[in-house]
Amino acid sequence: MFIGVDVGGTNTDAALMREQQLLAAAKVPTTEDVTSGIVDAITELVKQGIDSAEVDAVMVGTTHFTNALLERRDLSPTAVIRLALPATQLLPPLVDWPSALKDAIGGLTYMVGGGNEFDGREISALDSEGIRNAVKDIRSQGARAIAVSGVFSPVDPAHENEAAALIREDAPDMRVCLSHENGRMGLLERENAAALNACLGDVAVTTIKGIEDALDRLGIDAPLFMSQNDGTLMDTGFAARFPVLTISSGPTNSMRGGAYLSGVTDGIVVDIGGTSTDVGALVKGFPRESAVAVDVAGVRTNFRTPDMVSIALGGGTVVQREPWRIGPESVGYRLTEKSLVFGGDTLTTTDIAVAGGRAKLGDWRFLAGMGRAVVDRGIKAIEDGIEGAVDRVKLSYEDVPVVLVGGGSVLLKDSLAGASRVIRPEHAGVANAIGAAIAQVGGQVERVYSLEGGSREEAIADCTATAMERAVAAGADPSSVQVVDVEEVPLTYVPSNATRVRVKAVGDIDTKRLKQGHKAKDGA
Amino acid sequence: MWQVTEEELAPIATGAGILGTGGGGNPYIGQLRARQAIRKWGPVTVLSPDEIPEDARVVCVGGIGAPTVGIEKVRDLQSYHALRAIEEYTGEKATAIISNEIGGSNSLEPLIPAAMAGLPVVDADGMGRAFPEFQMKTFFVYGVPCCPMAVADEKGNSVIIRETITPYWAERLARATTVQMGCVACYAVAPMSAEQVRNTAIPMTLTLAKDLGSAVAQARAEGTDPLEAILRVCPGKVLFSGKVMDIDRRTTAGFARGTLTIDGLDSFSGERMVIDFQNENLIARRDGEIVCTVPDLICAVASDIGEPVTTELMRYGLRVTILGFPAPGLWTTPEGLAVAGPEAFGYETGYIPLEV
Repeated sequence: MFIGVDVGGTNTDAALMREQQLLAAAKVPTTEDVTSGIVDAITELVKQGIDSAEVDAVMVGTTHFTNALLERRDLSPTAVIRLALPATQLLPPLVDWPSALKDAIGGLTYMVGGGNEFDGREISALDSEGIRNAVKDIRSQGARAIAVSGVFSPVDPAHENEAAALIREDAPDMRVCLSHENGRMGLLERENAAALNACLGDVAVTTIKGIEDALDRLGIDAPLFMSQNDGTLMDTGFAARFPVLTISSGPTNSMRGGAYLSGVTDGIVVDIGGTSTDVGALVKGFPRESAVAVDVAGVRTNFRTPDMVSIALGGGTVVQREPWRIGPESVGYRLTEKSLVFGGDTLTTTDIAVAGGRAKLGDWRFLAGMGRAVVDRGIKAIEDGIEGAVDRVKLSYEDVPVVLVGGGSVLLKDSLAGASRVIRPEHAGVANAIGAAIAQVGGQVERVYSLEGGSREEAIADCTATAMERAVAAGADPSSVQVVDVEEVPLTYVPSNATRVRVKAVGDIDTKRLKQGHKAKDGA
Repeated sequence: MWQVTEEELAPIATGAGILGTGGGGNPYIGQLRARQAIRKWGPVTVLSPDEIPEDARVVCVGGIGAPTVGIEKVRDLQSYHALRAIEEYTGEKATAIISNEIGGSNSLEPLIPAAMAGLPVVDADGMGRAFPEFQMKTFFVYGVPCCPMAVADEKGNSVIIRETITPYWAERLARATTVQMGCVACYAVAPMSAEQVRNTAIPMTLTLAKDLGSAVAQARAEGTDPLEAILRVCPGKVLFSGKVMDIDRRTTAGFARGTLTIDGLDSFSGERMVIDFQNENLIARRDGEIVCTVPDLICAVASDIGEPVTTELMRYGLRVTILGFPAPGLWTTPEGLAVAGPEAFGYETGYIPLEV
C-alpha cells in the first residue's frame, strides 16, 4: 500500500492506494508549519482503519521549500563559485536576485579561471589556487554551503567535479552543489538553481527528518519519497541534495492524478480550485514542461516545471454585477459562509453554477431573485475563461480530451469548446494526492554533445545510460526502468555540429530494496 | 540630448523588441549587462545625429555569434575590446558609439562600451529594425566602408579584418573568426565622420524604441489599449489580429526560416494571415494577397498587453496583432532595396510600399 500526500495552499490531501485502487482519502486544512498538516492528513487515513504495517512507502508533495525561500527562513549561509574567467565577468553570480534573499544567504560570490567553450575546449585551465583561496575566505565568513557553476558544465562537468574535490579536501563539512547535476543550458539560471539547492540544505534535512519522525510516531515504518515537479519521485537522500526539485510539484501531482483517474495520457487537465484554475497539457501521461524561465521566489531558474496557464477563476470567485466583473477576488475557503447559495451576501461563480442548474449545493432558494440574464452572462464568462485557458495550453487546433479535477469542476457542463470529450473522474477531489501515490521514480539528464568525435547515436546512448543510472540511484527498480522521453535539438548558428540531448527515464519504486535500506537505517 | 539610466532600459528593450520584427534574440541578458554597466560606470549620454560635433569619430559596434551559446557563456566586455582594437589599428580615437541594429538585444550593446569608455551614443542605427546579416546596414549601402573592422572575444584576442571585396565577405570572415573565439564575440567598424552618420544612419531610433516601450508600459498601467499607444508613437497600421494556428520552423544554414499562420478574430474573423520569416518577418499575406513586404516592418505583439512576440516564442493559441510600419526612406531607394528588399531574400515579388 502507498500513501500519497499533497500539500496545497488551502488543503492538504492524502490518499491510500493499493495496487491501482483508492482505499481511503482525507482532506484537512494546510497548517502554517506544513508538517503538522501532513500528520493530520495521514492520521485521518489511519483512523479509517488501515494497518500501518502494510504501508510500503509514503510519497509527499510539499511546499516546505518554496515557503522557506519566500519567507527567507532557516536558509543556510551560502557562497557561489563560478568557473569562468576571463569570461562572464560583467554578470557575477546572484546578479539578478532580490536583494533580501541574497542578503539572507550571505551573498558571497567568487569567479575563478575555468569553464568550457560550446565545443568542449577549456576557456582557461581550472584555477585550483583561486578555488582554495575562495574556500578559505568562505570558511572564515561562516558559510556552510557552496554552489559551483562552470560555463558549459553540461557539456563537460570535469571542472565542476575537480572544484568539488578541492572544496572537500579543505572543507569536508561543506555542502557542495554542482550546477551540472541539476542542469540545463543557461549559465545564470543553472547557477541560480544550484545556489537555491545549496541554501536549502538545512531546511531539507530538518524537514525530511521531521516528516520521518512523524511517520514513526504514527507507527508507519516505511520509506519516504518526495514528489518532484516533473511528476516523478525521489528518495530522501536525493531530496536532501536537490530540494529545489520539489518546487511546484503540487500542480504536477494534480495533473498526474487526473491522468491516472481518467486513463487519459495525452490531453488537457483542468484543475478548478476555489480561487484559481490551473490548466496544463499531458504528454504521454506527464505534464508538458515549460520552455520559458521559471521564477522561484523572484529568482530566475530553468527548472522543469509544468507548462501551465493559471487564471483567477474558481468556485469561490466573486461576481460583481455593476459594473460587470468576474474576479480576481475570491471568497476562497469561506465559500460555505460567504456565497449566496449558502446564505451569505456575496455572489460567486458557484451561485451562478447552481442557479444555472449545473450544481446542486446549498439552498437554491437563496438564489430566487437572480435574473436569467445574470446567470447566462455568468455562465458564458466562466466557460469563455476556461475555454480560453484550454486553448492557450493546446499545441494545435485539434480537439483533445479534457479531464476536470478539483472541487470547482461543478462550474462546467460536460462539453467544452476545443474538447473532444470531457471526463470527470471519480475521486477527482484528491487527484493531487493520488498523483503523488502513483508516481514512479525518475532520472533526467540534459547534455550538449559535440558530434566532431562521435555519432548522434552514441550521444543519445550515453545520455540514456546516465538517465537510467540516475533513475536507479533515485530509488527505481532497475528491471522496470524505461526511457519515456528523448529530445534532441541541434544548436543553431554553430557550424561545428553540436547537439543538445535530453533523456528522461522512469521506473517503479524498488520497495524491496528500499524497505531493506530503511530497516538497515533504523537499526543503525 | 538625454541620458540612459537604469530606468530607461526596460522601455528600450520592449521598444527594440517591437522593432525587432520577430527576430533580435532574447533581451534578458543584454538588458542585465547594460544595467550592470550603468551601475558600474554611470548613465550614458545620447546625442541626436544633429548634436554630434563636426569632427566626431563614430564607431559602430555589435554582437556576433550564436544566441544558444550566449545564454551559457554570457557576453562580457567584448564590444569594448573591439572598440579599443579598432581605435588602435586606425590610430583614431572614437568620440561616440553607434548601434548597428536597433531591433532586439543589439540595441543595448553600444551602452556597455559607451558607459565604460565614458563616451556618448548616437541616437541612430544602421537598420531601423532587425536584419539577419552583418552587411544589411544603411551605412554600407551608402558608401561607408565596412573595413577595417575588429572582432574581439572575452579573453583578449582580437582580429582585424583589414579589407574585403564586399561587405558580405566581411560577414563570412567575421563569423568564421567568431566560431574559433567560442561563438560569443563583438565587432567594431572603423570610425565614421559626423557627415557619414547624418547621411547614412537611420536617425532617432533609440528615442523611438524608448518611446514605444514607455507607451506600452503606460497603456498597461492605465488599462488603455497598448496597440493604439504604439501607433500614436510610430505611424503605422494594424495589418491583422487573431490567433496563432500554426508555426512551422525549419533551421537551415543557421537561420530559423518558416511560416506563421494566424486566423482572424473580431474584425478579421474568417480571414487568415500567413507570414514568412527568416529570423525576422519578411512577407505578410492576408487571404493570399501580399499586404506588407520587407524592408517595411512586420511586427507581432501580444494583442492584450502589446509586448513583442518573437518567432522563437510563437506558439499555437497566442493572440497576436500584426502591425505594419513603413521602412525608413533609406531602405526604399533602389540601392536600399537591392540589399534588403524582397528579392534580396529570394522572393520574386517586388517591394510593395505599405500605405498608412
